[in-house]
Amino acid sequence: MGHGITSVLLVALGGALGGIGRFAISNAMAHALGKAFPWGTLCVNASGALLAGWLLGVYGVANTQSLWLFAVAGLLGGYTTVSSFSLQTLELWQSGQTNRAALHMVAQLLLGIAMAALGWWLAQG
Amino acid sequence: MSINAYLAVGLGSAMGSALRYSVSLASMAMLGSHFPWGTLLVNVLGSCLIGWLAATASRAPHGKLARQQPLLVAGFCGGFTTFSLFSLETLHLAQPGSMGLALLYGIGSLPLCVFAAWMGEHLAFFNQPAA
Repeated sequence: MGHGITSVLLVALGGALGGIGRFAISNAMAHALGKAFPWGTLCVNASGALLAGWLLGVYGVANTQSLWLFAVAGLLGGYTTVSSFSLQTLELWQSGQTNRAALHMVAQLLLGIAMAALGWWLAQG
Repeated sequence: MSINAYLAVGLGSAMGSALRYSVSLASMAMLGSHFPWGTLLVNVLGSCLIGWLAATASRAPHGKLARQQPLLVAGFCGGFTTFSLFSLETLHLAQPGSMGLALLYGIGSLPLCVFAAWMGEHLAFFNQPAA
Protein backbone atom coordinates (compact mmCIF):
# COMPACT_ATOMS: atom_id res chain seq x y z
CA MET A 1 0.00 0.00 0.00
CA GLY A 2 1.50 3.32 -1.05
CA HIS A 3 1.02 6.62 0.72
CA GLY A 4 -2.72 7.01 1.28
CA ILE A 5 -3.08 10.66 0.26
CA THR A 6 -0.82 10.29 -2.80
CA SER A 7 -2.87 7.30 -3.98
CA VAL A 8 -6.17 9.17 -3.64
CA LEU A 9 -4.69 12.21 -5.44
CA LEU A 10 -3.43 10.04 -8.31
CA VAL A 11 -6.90 8.49 -8.67
CA ALA A 12 -8.57 11.93 -8.49
CA LEU A 13 -6.24 13.42 -11.13
CA GLY A 14 -6.82 10.48 -13.47
CA GLY A 15 -10.56 10.65 -12.74
CA ALA A 16 -10.70 14.36 -13.66
CA LEU A 17 -8.97 13.80 -17.02
CA GLY A 18 -11.03 10.68 -17.74
CA GLY A 19 -14.31 12.46 -16.94
CA ILE A 20 -13.45 15.39 -19.23
CA GLY A 21 -12.55 12.94 -22.01
CA ARG A 22 -15.86 11.10 -21.57
CA PHE A 23 -17.82 14.38 -21.62
CA ALA A 24 -16.03 15.54 -24.80
CA ILE A 25 -16.58 12.23 -26.63
CA SER A 26 -20.23 11.90 -25.51
CA ASN A 27 -20.96 15.45 -26.70
CA ALA A 28 -19.20 14.87 -30.02
CA MET A 29 -21.03 11.57 -30.62
CA ALA A 30 -24.42 13.08 -29.69
CA HIS A 31 -23.68 15.92 -32.11
CA ALA A 32 -22.62 13.58 -34.93
CA LEU A 33 -25.14 10.73 -34.54
CA GLY A 34 -28.05 12.30 -32.69
CA LYS A 35 -29.49 11.43 -29.31
CA ALA A 36 -31.89 8.62 -30.32
CA PHE A 37 -29.44 5.98 -29.11
CA PRO A 38 -26.69 6.54 -26.49
CA TRP A 39 -23.77 5.90 -28.86
CA GLY A 40 -21.43 8.08 -26.80
CA THR A 41 -21.71 5.96 -23.65
CA LEU A 42 -21.33 2.75 -25.67
CA CYS A 43 -18.24 4.10 -27.44
CA VAL A 44 -16.65 5.40 -24.22
CA ASN A 45 -17.28 2.17 -22.30
CA ALA A 46 -16.09 -0.11 -25.12
CA SER A 47 -12.86 1.85 -25.69
CA GLY A 48 -12.27 2.14 -21.92
CA ALA A 49 -12.69 -1.62 -21.48
CA LEU A 50 -10.26 -2.28 -24.35
CA LEU A 51 -7.59 -0.06 -22.78
CA ALA A 52 -8.18 -1.51 -19.30
CA GLY A 53 -7.83 -5.07 -20.65
CA TRP A 54 -4.64 -4.09 -22.46
CA LEU A 55 -3.14 -2.52 -19.31
CA LEU A 56 -4.10 -5.64 -17.33
CA GLY A 57 -2.31 -7.77 -19.92
CA VAL A 58 0.81 -5.60 -19.86
CA TYR A 59 1.11 -4.92 -16.13
CA GLY A 60 -0.96 -7.64 -14.44
CA VAL A 61 -3.06 -6.89 -11.37
CA ALA A 62 -1.01 -4.26 -9.58
CA ASN A 63 -3.51 -2.45 -7.42
CA THR A 64 -0.99 -0.31 -5.58
CA GLN A 65 1.34 0.77 -8.40
CA SER A 66 1.19 4.49 -9.14
CA LEU A 67 0.61 3.86 -12.83
CA TRP A 68 -2.27 1.47 -12.12
CA LEU A 69 -3.86 3.94 -9.67
CA PHE A 70 -3.60 6.83 -12.12
CA ALA A 71 -4.42 5.00 -15.37
CA VAL A 72 -6.93 2.30 -14.37
CA ALA A 73 -8.57 3.31 -11.07
CA GLY A 74 -8.43 7.01 -12.05
CA LEU A 75 -8.33 7.71 -15.79
CA LEU A 76 -10.25 4.69 -17.16
CA GLY A 77 -12.46 4.42 -14.08
CA GLY A 78 -13.54 8.04 -14.54
CA TYR A 79 -13.66 7.77 -18.34
CA THR A 80 -16.13 4.87 -18.35
CA THR A 81 -19.50 5.12 -16.64
CA VAL A 82 -22.36 2.95 -15.47
CA SER A 83 -24.60 5.74 -14.16
CA SER A 84 -25.21 7.28 -17.61
CA PHE A 85 -25.76 3.80 -19.01
CA SER A 86 -28.41 3.11 -16.32
CA LEU A 87 -30.20 6.42 -16.83
CA GLN A 88 -30.17 6.15 -20.64
CA THR A 89 -31.43 2.55 -20.56
CA LEU A 90 -34.20 3.60 -18.16
CA GLU A 91 -35.15 6.55 -20.41
CA LEU A 92 -35.32 4.31 -23.51
CA TRP A 93 -37.48 1.84 -21.61
CA GLN A 94 -39.79 4.50 -20.19
CA SER A 95 -40.29 6.13 -23.59
CA GLY A 96 -41.65 2.82 -24.87
CA GLN A 97 -38.48 1.77 -26.71
CA THR A 98 -38.18 -1.53 -24.88
CA ASN A 99 -36.22 -3.19 -27.71
CA ARG A 100 -33.63 -0.41 -27.80
CA ALA A 101 -33.29 -0.51 -24.02
CA ALA A 102 -32.66 -4.28 -24.11
CA LEU A 103 -30.29 -3.89 -27.08
CA HIS A 104 -28.36 -1.18 -25.23
CA MET A 105 -27.96 -3.40 -22.15
CA VAL A 106 -26.87 -6.49 -24.12
CA ALA A 107 -24.54 -4.45 -26.37
CA GLN A 108 -22.82 -2.80 -23.38
CA LEU A 109 -22.31 -6.11 -21.62
CA LEU A 110 -21.07 -8.15 -24.58
CA LEU A 111 -18.99 -5.35 -26.10
CA GLY A 112 -17.44 -4.46 -22.74
CA ILE A 113 -16.34 -8.01 -21.90
CA ALA A 114 -15.23 -8.71 -25.49
CA MET A 115 -13.18 -5.49 -25.65
CA ALA A 116 -11.53 -6.14 -22.28
CA ALA A 117 -10.64 -9.67 -23.42
CA LEU A 118 -9.37 -8.35 -26.76
CA GLY A 119 -7.19 -5.77 -25.02
CA TRP A 120 -5.74 -8.42 -22.73
CA TRP A 121 -5.14 -10.73 -25.72
CA LEU A 122 -3.42 -7.96 -27.72
CA ALA A 123 -1.03 -7.39 -24.82
CA GLN A 124 0.01 -11.06 -24.90
CA GLY A 125 1.06 -10.92 -28.58
CA MET B 1 -20.17 23.45 -24.43
CA SER B 2 -18.47 26.10 -22.37
CA ILE B 3 -15.09 25.62 -20.76
CA ASN B 4 -16.84 25.96 -17.38
CA ALA B 5 -18.91 22.84 -18.05
CA TYR B 6 -15.74 20.88 -18.81
CA LEU B 7 -14.05 22.15 -15.63
CA ALA B 8 -17.14 21.23 -13.59
CA VAL B 9 -17.16 17.73 -15.10
CA GLY B 10 -13.45 17.35 -14.31
CA LEU B 11 -13.94 18.47 -10.70
CA GLY B 12 -16.98 16.23 -10.18
CA SER B 13 -15.27 13.26 -11.79
CA ALA B 14 -12.15 13.75 -9.62
CA MET B 15 -14.28 13.71 -6.46
CA GLY B 16 -16.36 10.76 -7.67
CA SER B 17 -13.26 8.75 -8.62
CA ALA B 18 -11.52 9.43 -5.29
CA LEU B 19 -14.67 8.38 -3.42
CA ARG B 20 -14.99 5.24 -5.59
CA TYR B 21 -11.40 4.32 -4.77
CA SER B 22 -12.06 4.82 -1.04
CA VAL B 23 -15.21 2.67 -1.18
CA SER B 24 -13.31 -0.06 -3.00
CA LEU B 25 -10.49 -0.02 -0.40
CA ALA B 26 -12.99 -0.11 2.47
CA SER B 27 -14.98 -2.96 0.91
CA MET B 28 -11.79 -4.99 0.33
CA ALA B 29 -10.80 -4.45 3.96
CA MET B 30 -14.23 -5.45 5.26
CA LEU B 31 -15.44 -8.07 2.78
CA GLY B 32 -12.25 -9.38 1.18
CA SER B 33 -11.27 -9.29 -2.48
CA HIS B 34 -12.90 -12.54 -3.63
CA PHE B 35 -15.92 -10.73 -5.05
CA PRO B 36 -15.89 -7.10 -6.34
CA TRP B 37 -18.38 -5.73 -3.80
CA GLY B 38 -16.88 -2.23 -4.00
CA THR B 39 -17.50 -1.80 -7.74
CA LEU B 40 -21.00 -3.28 -7.46
CA LEU B 41 -21.79 -0.89 -4.61
CA VAL B 42 -20.54 2.28 -6.38
CA ASN B 43 -22.31 1.34 -9.62
CA VAL B 44 -25.63 0.70 -7.85
CA LEU B 45 -25.38 3.83 -5.65
CA GLY B 46 -24.25 6.02 -8.56
CA SER B 47 -27.13 4.77 -10.71
CA CYS B 48 -29.62 5.44 -7.92
CA LEU B 49 -28.20 8.95 -7.49
CA ILE B 50 -28.31 9.76 -11.23
CA GLY B 51 -31.96 8.63 -11.36
CA TRP B 52 -32.80 10.83 -8.39
CA LEU B 53 -30.89 13.82 -9.85
CA ALA B 54 -32.51 13.49 -13.29
CA ALA B 55 -36.01 13.26 -11.84
CA THR B 56 -35.45 16.14 -9.40
CA ALA B 57 -33.89 18.36 -12.08
CA SER B 58 -36.71 17.64 -14.56
CA ARG B 59 -39.21 18.95 -11.98
CA ALA B 60 -37.35 22.24 -11.57
CA PRO B 61 -35.49 22.86 -14.86
CA HIS B 62 -34.16 26.21 -13.65
CA GLY B 63 -33.39 25.18 -10.09
CA LYS B 64 -30.00 24.88 -8.42
CA LEU B 65 -29.73 21.15 -9.12
CA ALA B 66 -30.51 21.52 -12.82
CA ARG B 67 -27.79 24.17 -13.18
CA GLN B 68 -25.22 21.90 -11.52
CA GLN B 69 -25.84 18.99 -13.94
CA PRO B 70 -22.28 18.92 -15.40
CA LEU B 71 -20.73 18.81 -11.92
CA LEU B 72 -23.18 16.31 -10.42
CA VAL B 73 -24.30 14.08 -13.30
CA ALA B 74 -21.58 13.85 -15.97
CA GLY B 75 -18.94 14.67 -13.33
CA PHE B 76 -19.63 13.05 -9.98
CA CYS B 77 -21.93 10.16 -10.99
CA GLY B 78 -19.83 9.44 -14.08
CA GLY B 79 -16.57 9.35 -12.16
CA PHE B 80 -18.03 7.49 -9.18
CA THR B 81 -19.35 4.63 -11.32
CA THR B 82 -17.07 2.61 -13.58
CA PHE B 83 -17.57 0.26 -16.49
CA SER B 84 -13.93 -0.59 -17.25
CA LEU B 85 -13.32 -2.08 -13.78
CA PHE B 86 -16.60 -3.99 -14.04
CA SER B 87 -15.39 -5.55 -17.33
CA LEU B 88 -11.96 -6.40 -15.89
CA GLU B 89 -13.45 -7.96 -12.77
CA THR B 90 -15.87 -10.08 -14.80
CA LEU B 91 -12.94 -11.36 -16.89
CA HIS B 92 -10.89 -11.93 -13.75
CA LEU B 93 -13.71 -13.98 -12.17
CA ALA B 94 -14.23 -15.99 -15.36
CA GLN B 95 -11.91 -18.86 -14.58
CA PRO B 96 -12.44 -22.41 -13.33
CA GLY B 97 -13.80 -22.30 -9.81
CA SER B 98 -15.58 -18.97 -10.02
CA MET B 99 -17.36 -19.21 -13.37
CA GLY B 100 -20.77 -19.09 -11.64
CA LEU B 101 -19.82 -15.87 -9.83
CA ALA B 102 -18.55 -14.37 -13.11
CA LEU B 103 -21.87 -15.09 -14.80
CA LEU B 104 -23.85 -13.77 -11.84
CA TYR B 105 -21.74 -10.59 -11.62
CA GLY B 106 -21.56 -10.05 -15.39
CA ILE B 107 -25.22 -10.62 -16.18
CA GLY B 108 -26.68 -9.35 -12.90
CA SER B 109 -24.84 -6.03 -12.47
CA LEU B 110 -26.25 -3.98 -15.35
CA PRO B 111 -29.96 -4.82 -14.83
CA LEU B 112 -29.46 -4.16 -11.11
CA CYS B 113 -28.03 -0.71 -11.93
CA VAL B 114 -30.95 0.13 -14.25
CA PHE B 115 -33.29 -0.93 -11.43
CA ALA B 116 -31.34 1.32 -9.03
CA ALA B 117 -31.80 4.29 -11.39
CA TRP B 118 -35.54 3.56 -11.45
CA MET B 119 -35.56 3.44 -7.63
CA GLY B 120 -33.73 6.78 -7.51
CA GLU B 121 -36.32 8.32 -9.80
CA HIS B 122 -39.13 7.08 -7.57
CA LEU B 123 -37.40 8.33 -4.41
CA ALA B 124 -37.40 11.80 -5.99
CA PHE B 125 -41.14 11.57 -6.60
CA PHE B 126 -41.77 10.43 -3.02
CA ASN B 127 -39.82 13.32 -1.57
CA GLN B 128 -41.60 16.06 -3.45
CA PRO B 129 -45.36 16.47 -3.51
CA ALA B 130 -46.73 16.59 -7.06
CA ALA B 131 -46.72 20.17 -8.31
